[in-house]
Amino acid sequence: MKATNFITIENLLIQIFLASAAIVMLYPIFMMVLSGFKTTPEIFMSPFSMPKKFNIENFQVIWEKTNVPRYFLNSIIVTVSSIALLLITGTMAAYAISRYKFRGALMVSLFFLSGLMLPLRLAIIPLFIQLKYLGLIDSLLGLIFIYTAMSLPATVFILTGFLRSLPKELEDSARMDGASELRIMLDIMVPLVSPALVIAGIYSAVPIWNDFFFPLIFIQSPEWKTLAQGLTTFFGEYSINYGVLYAGLSLASLPMIFIFIVQSRRFIAGMTAGALK
Amino acid sequence: MAQINMLGVSKRFGDLEVISDTTLEIKDGEFTVFVGPSGCGKSTLLRLLAGLDELTSGEINLNNQRIDHLAPAKRGLAMVFQSYALYPHMTVYQNMSYALKVAKEQKTVIDEKVKKAAEILQLSEYLDRKPKELSGGQRQRVAIGRAIVREPKVFLFDEPLSNLDAKLRVQMRIELTKLHKKLKTTMIYVTHDQVEAMTMADKIVVINNGRVEQVGAPLELYRRPANQFVAGFIGSPAMNFFSGVIKDVTTTGVHFDINNSGTSIFVKCPSADVSIGEKIQFGVRPEHFIFTKKTDQIITGKVYAVERLGGETYIYMSSETEEDVIVHCNGDREVKIGEKIDVGFSIEDCHLFNSKGWAIR
Repeated sequence: MKATNFITIENLLIQIFLASAAIVMLYPIFMMVLSGFKTTPEIFMSPFSMPKKFNIENFQVIWEKTNVPRYFLNSIIVTVSSIALLLITGTMAAYAISRYKFRGALMVSLFFLSGLMLPLRLAIIPLFIQLKYLGLIDSLLGLIFIYTAMSLPATVFILTGFLRSLPKELEDSARMDGASELRIMLDIMVPLVSPALVIAGIYSAVPIWNDFFFPLIFIQSPEWKTLAQGLTTFFGEYSINYGVLYAGLSLASLPMIFIFIVQSRRFIAGMTAGALK
Repeated sequence: MAQINMLGVSKRFGDLEVISDTTLEIKDGEFTVFVGPSGCGKSTLLRLLAGLDELTSGEINLNNQRIDHLAPAKRGLAMVFQSYALYPHMTVYQNMSYALKVAKEQKTVIDEKVKKAAEILQLSEYLDRKPKELSGGQRQRVAIGRAIVREPKVFLFDEPLSNLDAKLRVQMRIELTKLHKKLKTTMIYVTHDQVEAMTMADKIVVINNGRVEQVGAPLELYRRPANQFVAGFIGSPAMNFFSGVIKDVTTTGVHFDINNSGTSIFVKCPSADVSIGEKIQFGVRPEHFIFTKKTDQIITGKVYAVERLGGETYIYMSSETEEDVIVHCNGDREVKIGEKIDVGFSIEDCHLFNSKGWAIR
C-alpha cells in the first residue's frame, strides 16, 4: 500500500512540475494570440485579460493591407527549399560517411563536425563578399544556400548516427535482390531513418523560419523579405500597432506549431529510437 | 542445372587470412552444408560465393562459367540471411516482390510468382502484413520466399535457423529438406550446428580456421573422420579422446599404451604413418561404449554428472587416467553420481590419430 502511495505522490509531483513547465512555455504564446484579437489601447489597458470580443480586424489588416502574405510566402519558399535541399544533401553525405569505407571518411566526418562548432555569424563578412560575387545578394536563393550550409553539420551528425545503426544485412539483402546503390539508399535505408529525417527537418526548420539575422544582412528589396524580417516594419519610428503586430506574430508561429503537431509522433519516435530493442 | 566449382579461393582481411586456398565442387541439386565452429570462415565462404565480399585470389565457376567478377544479383544466386534481413517497412508481398520489381518484371508475372511462393510456404494469408507482425518462423519463411521468387540457380542459407527456438528449428529443418526435394535446386547451407548438418546434408564440408578439413556424406564423416578435428566436431556428444604412445608398429597394425597407463592395445591399421614413441590420440564415440565386461577394452571411471533426457542418458565420468569421458546409454540405466563404473568398447569402433591429428584408422 505504501509503495502505491509513494508512486502516486511521485507521479503527482511530476505532473505538477510538467504542468507548471507547460504553463510557463505556453503562457506567452497564449498571450500573443489573445493580444492579436485586441486593439492597441485594449492591450495597454488590460494586458492580461481576455479580449472583450474576438474581432479579427487585426488579422484582416495583416492579410489585406500589409506585405505579410508576401513575406509569409517568401518564408515558406525559403524554409521548404532549404529543408528539402538540406535533407537531400545531408542524407547523401551521412549515408556515404556511415555506410561506405573510403579513404578520408574520418576527415570528411570531422569536417562536418567542425561546422557544428563554428558560429556562421562570425564569417558574415567573407560570406557577404562570396555571395556578392555569386550574385546571390538580395535573393531568396542566397538565403536558401546559407541556411542549407548552416544546418548541414547538425543534419549529417543526426543522420549518420541513425544510418550507422541499421544492420548491414539489409544492405546485403538488397544487393542480392539486384538493387543499385542509389536504390538501396532510397528504397531501403532512407525510409528506415524517416524519424531521424523528421528530427533533422524540424530541428533545422524552426531556426530557419524564425531567422532574422541573415535576411537583415542579405535582403534589401521589400518583395524578398521574410516574415521575421518583415514583421519589424510594424515597429514604426513613432508608433507601434501592437494589435496588428501580435496578429502577425501569431500567424508567423502557426506553421511551426502545425508541423510539430502533425509530426510529433515521428519526432518522439526518432528521439527515443534505439532506447528499447 | 547448377554446378559450382571453387578453385583456390582465398580471402584476406588485411593481414588476416580468413579463407585459405579452398577448392571445392558442389554438384547440381546437391544440399551442401558448410559446418564449423564460430569464426571458422564458413559464412565468409558463402559471402564470397554470393558476391557480397570480393575474393583475394582464386575463381568461382557456376556451370563452368566464371562468376566471381559478377555483381551479386547477376550470379543467379539467392541468399537467406541469419537475421532474415526482411525490409521492415515493406509488407510480406513487397518484401517478396522487391527483387522482381528491381528487375522490372511485369506486374502480372510478379503477382503470379509471389503468390505461388506464398502458397508453397503457407504464407498466402500474411501477404499484407509487415515483418514485425509475424512470428520468427513466419519471418524465416518470408526470407525463404523472397529467395524462391527469384528462381535462383543456387540457394544460399546463412545460419537461417539459429534465431528460432529449439522446437521450431526442428520443424523448419524438416520443411527445408522437403523444400529441397520439391525444388530440386542446389542449396548451400551454413551452420555451426552439426545436428543440422547431419540431418539435412547430402554433402558436408567441415571448415576450421579457414580451411576445408573434410568433404563427404554425413555418415562417411561420422564413420571415417579424416582428422581429429572432424572426429571431435561431427557427432553429438563429441568423441572422447585419450592420449597414448606408440609402442610398436607392425605390418598389420600398431601397439600403443593409453596415457602410459600400462594398458596396451593393438589396433589393426596396415601401413600406418606413425613411429615408435610417437604421441597419438585414441578416440571412442560416447555411443560406442557398452556396459559389459565382454569387450575388447574396459575403462573405469567415477561418475561426476548424469544428464537424463528421458529416452537416453549421458554419463560424465572421470577415468582412472583423469580424462573426462562421456558415455551415452539408454534412458533407463540407473547410475549415481560418485559411483565407479566400468564401460567397455570394441576396438573395431575406435579411431586413431597421429601426432599431427590425421586419422591413421
